[in-house]
Amino acid sequence: MKRTITVLVNNKSGVLNRMTGLFARRQYNIDSITVGVTENPTISRMTFVVIVDSMENVEQMIKQLHKQVDVLKIKDITDEAIVERELALVRIGATPQQRGEIASLAETFRAQAVDIGKESMTLQITGNNEKIEAFIELVKPYGIQELARTGVTAVNRSSKISTDTSRLTLIN
Amino acid sequence: MIHSNEAATPQAAENKQAVCTGSEILLKALASEGVEVIFGYPGGAILPTYDEIYKLGMNHILARHEQGAIHAAEGYARITQKPGVCIVTSGPGATNVVTGIADAMMDSLPMVVITGQVATKVIGTDAFQEADMLGITMPITKHNFQIRSIDELAQTVKEAFHIAVSGRPGPVLIDLPKDISEKLGIFDYEEPVHLPGYQPTVKPNKQQIRKLLDKFKEAKRPVLLVGAGVLHAQASEELTAFARKFQIPVAQTLLGLGAFPGEEELHLGMAGMHGTYAANMALHKSDFLINIGSRFDDRLTGALEHFAPEACIAHIDIDPAEIGKNVHVEIPVVGDAKEALAMLLKGSGAIAEHDEWRKQVSDWKRDYPLWFHRDGEVIKPQELIQKLYEHTKGEAIVTTDVGQHQMWTAQHFKFNKPNRWITSGGLGTMGFGFPAAIGAQIAEPELPVLAITGDAGFQMTLQEMSILQELDLPVKIVIVNNASLGMVRQWQQRFHGERYSHSLFPIQPNFAKLAEAYNIKAVKVDKLSMLDEAIAETLAHSGPVLLEVCVAKEENVYPMVCPGTGHHCMEGVEPS
Ligand SMILES: Cc1ncc(C[n+]2csc(CCOP(=O)(O)OP(=O)(O)O)c2C)c(N)n1
Repeated sequence: MKRTITVLVNNKSGVLNRMTGLFARRQYNIDSITVGVTENPTISRMTFVVIVDSMENVEQMIKQLHKQVDVLKIKDITDEAIVERELALVRIGATPQQRGEIASLAETFRAQAVDIGKESMTLQITGNNEKIEAFIELVKPYGIQELARTGVTAVNRSSKISTDTSRLTLIN
Repeated sequence: MIHSNEAATPQAAENKQAVCTGSEILLKALASEGVEVIFGYPGGAILPTYDEIYKLGMNHILARHEQGAIHAAEGYARITQKPGVCIVTSGPGATNVVTGIADAMMDSLPMVVITGQVATKVIGTDAFQEADMLGITMPITKHNFQIRSIDELAQTVKEAFHIAVSGRPGPVLIDLPKDISEKLGIFDYEEPVHLPGYQPTVKPNKQQIRKLLDKFKEAKRPVLLVGAGVLHAQASEELTAFARKFQIPVAQTLLGLGAFPGEEELHLGMAGMHGTYAANMALHKSDFLINIGSRFDDRLTGALEHFAPEACIAHIDIDPAEIGKNVHVEIPVVGDAKEALAMLLKGSGAIAEHDEWRKQVSDWKRDYPLWFHRDGEVIKPQELIQKLYEHTKGEAIVTTDVGQHQMWTAQHFKFNKPNRWITSGGLGTMGFGFPAAIGAQIAEPELPVLAITGDAGFQMTLQEMSILQELDLPVKIVIVNNASLGMVRQWQQRFHGERYSHSLFPIQPNFAKLAEAYNIKAVKVDKLSMLDEAIAETLAHSGPVLLEVCVAKEENVYPMVCPGTGHHCMEGVEPS
């Protein structure tokens, strides 16, 4: 299963290294990581998407992360009301004749053409994971020449904050 | 800036003004932390600090190898419960302490390790004697720091000590670039520690304690499993009171020995791979297992699918990440063992009748004790350990190295008090025992300290006999000489078709002459009838002694839970 975990950390050098080192040596499988500074410049926010077999595994992972002195707060937000976004840039093969067709495809997904060349074009798409997967499937037939994805970043929605406090009682 | 009230004292005010070099700041900070002794080894990058040690006349113990220094600091930490402090130079000096840092991490020993580093402007250029200690020690420290500015030095030392001792203790490393140790700064030690991300839970949750007590009321076959967490929390008294009050049998982990008196009827001995039959069967048959301060190490549990199959498990630990890590736990209690036990003692009520269980457990103890067979004049290592216990009446600190002798000591020496037993449990570090004994003797000059080592392990750090000679420390080195890497030989015999690949010593050094070279008295014995006299002579001598005991070469450690099996299928249980 996939879980989305957000972590607030001190914005210091080496902290990301501590996190990923911990994941690697405890054999946790990371799908994606995004990192950026928050509204407070001394604090960074990391969003991890991880693949695990069980909730016990997620719990153990969170507890291990929590032991890091530079970790301020951790949340598994998978089951909460959240906004999650990923950005992908896809360069696909596109002859001048195909451009129109691709543009209309892109429009349905609210993707934008950000670069156009003789035999290819680059599209930018943002959205949740499924939307991006679906879009990539769709443009595959044109031939994907290059694909860059940022990984998921996420925040809680302002309304409907989850009240499920029974989970992970040890840490939160 | 927030200042504590003490900041108003004249002494503090004076300190606050002081302009010092980085080295001075470091040493003033160490003094403020109450550090009494430093174990270390100098070198280029740490020279300014050593110059300061010279000027201040600080108590510094010079090892002959950095590994000796750090294991000695570990031994000191284990006995005093205060952080062991180790200072070494950059590069090779620093990498030489890596094993000790990993060892302290696994066994939760409070340590502050200071490594010199090349100057900030050349960090990352593969400068002379540069090693990335932050990177190397990230996975084996509780936390590590590299000082980048003189202004953060004092506060970092303060944080390092705070992290090392609080919560689950552990090693903290401070990497100190040479230029910073020479720069001028202000020594300000008044700022309180402010680490918002680091807030260990000390007080257990009341509801969880209640749950534990409720479950306890129904338990017919309760067992306490006790690990080093109880010793770190200094909770032996509470533990003993709790076990006695409810008459619960107590199994101990290798590192938990001494947390509960070894002579008590309720004491089952060590559990695990080379644990007693009674301890392991009690775990296997238990319906309610309370683990206090042990991390369910695989050497303890055996195959997890066979571990305590009938038990509801409660786990009390200061480190939440240990709860549920290896074994599913029904009742988690995060907190300090002392606090938890005090709450359990207070909140107690009636409990289920379990006389039958107690009888069963003591029958196991009676019917399947630890055993060995005598063999004429050949000294059996088990008997050696028993005799060491008798001669000292248990009034000694015992350290061991790693191997068969370690297991025999854990089995046959009875630890009746806390902080008398030092061994490398989690990492299983050969070369640990002898230098750890040095640290222990420095911490506790009044008690006899026995360093029980293997003939192989001793050869990894024997150069530290220099310290014994220099300080005339009365450590008694007991070499259990079986002319082999005994534990390796045992496994080769059992699991590798008796192919003894590089585990037998065809020739050995003359240990007595080595001792002589360091001006240390030596005693050698190879006949059972002479053993008592040799031990007596060793213990009677006021200075250090190396006692070499030639024991049966092919003796094995039994009983044993073989890898992949459970506690119920022990090999070599024998008597009945
Ligand atoms: C540094 C290190 N290297 C290797 C080992 C693997 N090992 C475990 S026990 C052992 C043999 C120890 O022999 P000795 O010190 O003579 O003790 P004995 O088992 O004979 O009592 C070895 C090599 C280890 N634990 N530590």
